[in-house]
Amino acid sequence: MSKRVAIVGIGYSGFRTTSADLSYREMIFEAATKCYEDAGGIHPQSIDSFVASAEDFMEGISIADEYVPDQLGAVLKPVQTIAGDSIQGLASAVMQIKTGQQSIVATSAFSKVSNLSHYEHVAAYATDPAYIRPLNEHPYFIAGLEMNRYLYETGTTREQCATVVVKNKYNALANPSAVYGAKITIDDVIGGPLLSAPLGVLDVSGHLDGAIVLLLASEDKARELNDKPIWIKGIGWATDTPNLDSRIEGLGTAVYAKLAAEKAYAMAGITTPGNEIDFAEVDDTFSYKELQHLEALRLCGPGEAGKLLELGCFAATGDLPVNVSGGSLGVGYLHEANGLQRVLELVLQLRGEAGKRQLSGVETGLAFAWRGVPTATGAAVILSNRP
Amino acid sequence: MQEKVHVSGGTALSEQDVHSGEIFMTEDSLDCAFAWDTGVAINRYLTELKNGRIIATECRHCNRIMLPPRLFCELCFKPSSGWVYINDTGVVNTFSICHVHWDASRIKEGEKPYLPAVIEIDGASAGMGIMQLLGEVEPEKIKFGMKVKAVWKPENERTGSITDIKYFKPI
Repeated sequence: MSKRVAIVGIGYSGFRTTSADLSYREMIFEAATKCYEDAGGIHPQSIDSFVASAEDFMEGISIADEYVPDQLGAVLKPVQTIAGDSIQGLASAVMQIKTGQQSIVATSAFSKVSNLSHYEHVAAYATDPAYIRPLNEHPYFIAGLEMNRYLYETGTTREQCATVVVKNKYNALANPSAVYGAKITIDDVIGGPLLSAPLGVLDVSGHLDGAIVLLLASEDKARELNDKPIWIKGIGWATDTPNLDSRIEGLGTAVYAKLAAEKAYAMAGITTPGNEIDFAEVDDTFSYKELQHLEALRLCGPGEAGKLLELGCFAATGDLPVNVSGGSLGVGYLHEANGLQRVLELVLQLRGEAGKRQLSGVETGLAFAWRGVPTATGAAVILSNRP
Repeated sequence: MQEKVHVSGGTALSEQDVHSGEIFMTEDSLDCAFAWDTGVAINRYLTELKNGRIIATECRHCNRIMLPPRLFCELCFKPSSGWVYINDTGVVNTFSICHVHWDASRIKEGEKPYLPAVIEIDGASAGMGIMQLLGEVEPEKIKFGMKVKAVWKPENERTGSITDIKYFKPI
């Protein structure tokens, strides 16, 4: 079980609000081809196993996992789909290698949310049919409840949440794959239309189509495939009760994030994450989530995230750059592929291939994904360019 | 517990109990719509069906004529080499005589059974074909390897759908 696992290939395609010119198969084929080329031009016949992450309801196809093989070169190979965020899928791929079952595993996720006419309906269908859905509320009301309680419990301000939006959309301007980049002000965010107060329209990340494929390998294979392997140091995930009205620590706290990260830190041997993590890509589906998650991940103390943000600590130039990619607010929201988008940014930064937004001297990064409302599932992974 | 709990005494629930509201159920119906991007390959395929033609793609690496057409070969994982028109004739690979509608309701007395079949299209690689219905044939006359030809909808009724072919009939 001591086998080390590295990411040896990355490929992505799409990253557009619509992608009417390509089927999901064609979009994923492009990402997979780039990924395999990035891993020394490996042919998929040499890949042992494939793990996808998807949610059938988003795709409008029951048992969508059966549609995974062709576009990954996985026909007649071991294939599985994880119904969860793609960091959970990544964890499954890591386990396949750590157990010695497989040596080289590809993992993929995509979003074709532009093909879904009413995302709100799918999100509403995730709430309990007997005691939540009859209220007939737009599903983002849950985010409004969470945000309000988080601000109340921690003293974080509305302005601090707006600052997350300003920061991430600004960061996105340096990322060619980010479509929601903008230079806006705190007043723009707060003065924008309300959604479910205190949550406003600009506090919510916008939808995005895209596909991401990563290739993982055991240590002995990794160095053959890529001279810049990025090591997976720790990974963990956790789920709270689905009951919105009786979450273990209430709606103000992201306890799932805390538990997922603790697992990942323990595996990576990290005891003081604030000192040992150089930069992070952290779920920012809604503005307040970035702050709430940073605290739950112990990257700062409880209730401190907003103040540190205002001091510039989480800016690209700060002590702990957070969402230098632009995050979901700047790049766009890829649904179950969100996790791999965050992992992709970690790999680019740790390889030194992040272009204009390259951070200097980074060795260890953390990616954290949340499955969005109404879920209480989070997954964390720690990557490093040192074995 | 102080209150006496009412138990049914082993009487099974009836459909009537449910419909009369004796048993609480919560009902909601699915309301979501999708519009799937067909992409380059299937877009061209459907466009050509509207024109009354069947088009496939070729993989020169594997020597395959692939139908339905695809932009890449799922076996060698290389982009397809190009487009080729193929015939609208073929042979029956497998078939079934279907006595139920899609929702599992039985066909009525006198209604003809549905005849879904996999047709290996002439010009496509062995084993590659399309799923369609058979027509103008008695179920008991259908044979494996039977030669068939597409019966198209009139041009002005075609919409760019696989149903632009009404069915395949024996030749």
